[in-house]
Amino acid sequence: MDEKELLNRFQAQIDAEIKIEPKDWMPDAYRQTLIRQMSQHAHSEIVGMLPEGNWVTRAPTLKRKAILLAKIQDEAGHGLYLYSATETLGISRQEMIDALHEGRAKYSSVFNYPTLNWADIGAIGWLVDGAAIMNQVALMRTSYGPYSRAMIRICKEESFHQRQGFDILYTLSRGSDEQKAMAQDALNRWWWPSMMMFGPHDSESTHSQQSTKWKIKRKSNDELRQDFVDNSVQQVKVLGLTLPDPDLKWNEERQHYDYGPIDWEEFWAVVKGRGPCNRERIAARKKAYDDGEWVREAALAYAKKKKAKEVLA
Amino acid sequence: MSTKKDWPLWEVFIASKRGLNHKHVGSLHAADAEMALENARDVYTRRKEGESIWVVESKFIFASNPEDNDAFFEPAKNKVYRHPTFYDLPDEVNKM
Ligand SMILES: [Fe+2]
Ligand SMILES: [Fe+2]
Repeated sequence: MDEKELLNRFQAQIDAEIKIEPKDWMPDAYRQTLIRQMSQHAHSEIVGMLPEGNWVTRAPTLKRKAILLAKIQDEAGHGLYLYSATETLGISRQEMIDALHEGRAKYSSVFNYPTLNWADIGAIGWLVDGAAIMNQVALMRTSYGPYSRAMIRICKEESFHQRQGFDILYTLSRGSDEQKAMAQDALNRWWWPSMMMFGPHDSESTHSQQSTKWKIKRKSNDELRQDFVDNSVQQVKVLGLTLPDPDLKWNEERQHYDYGPIDWEEFWAVVKGRGPCNRERIAARKKAYDDGEWVREAALAYAKKKKAKEVLA
Repeated sequence: MSTKKDWPLWEVFIASKRGLNHKHVGSLHAADAEMALENARDVYTRRKEGESIWVVESKFIFASNPEDNDAFFEPAKNKVYRHPTFYDLPDEVNKM
């Protein structure tokens, strides 16, 4: 079959909602787009552990600490599911990790903001995980089989993340005035970075069209962002707090909430490495990786020695 | 690019309950089989998703090729009489 026939067959498979599996023929651009998007997603799960890790030793109670640890452990798992799924496309784990550490790969910019107080952990769970869930639920139906299966597994685990975050904010919002103020302050700082998680507006998004045709993406950036806004406006009422956007109001005609302009200058500055914590995050990842080098080497040496013994026995 | 070597890749199969078959759930890297088993436990069964785990090094899996599917699975396609619905029996024959 020539390239054109293969391409037609591939598109027909996608149109018929038949998943693409690792050994199937696929256009190189499909493979490269997935490698970029999936490894970026994996890196986000891994780097995303850092802002929360900041509060493990300072969680207010043992229960909160145990919950936070379990949540962070889930994120490590999500990173692993996604790295493995990406490896099915022919890139090695080492190549992906090198790309992250050398600044050639991106991860979600939201993790370049600092976690200044305990309420931030609540805001991250409710808003950041909430936004991630929006995106991930849509991706459960993505056309690449291993990616779709990883998303299904991840979504099962994510709902506890958002609930534990909301629970933290709910508790604070019913506490002392200081606690309530702390929760509001966290929302003020995390709302806009969370809105930016969905990426540029559809009109500005470079990869969107082809990704939609290939069903890598199932919902556009703006559609997902709108769902997120509509949900959040309802939920913030339960907290008795406010979202820091004076333009939020119900639009009868659209049957959605309108929201104010997003500061794209800030978004691009953080994407390009000028966020408050970009350097710190990568430095922390590199240090963890380099410090683990001797462990990885020792484990391999031990495995080799054990195998040699088995052969002799 | 670094010259460091990844640990070998392993495929993970989990039986969610005793009596059920093992299903493929994903893959992971580990230095040896025992570590693969422990990593599989930590990565894939944090919520009691399994009662039994198998791991096998990925390089030992020999898989059918989707390109050959038409020919390879052809013998199953033209034997509809293997299915009970092929047989049109009188209504009186209940429950067969
Ligand atoms: Fe996650
Ligand atoms: Fe999460």
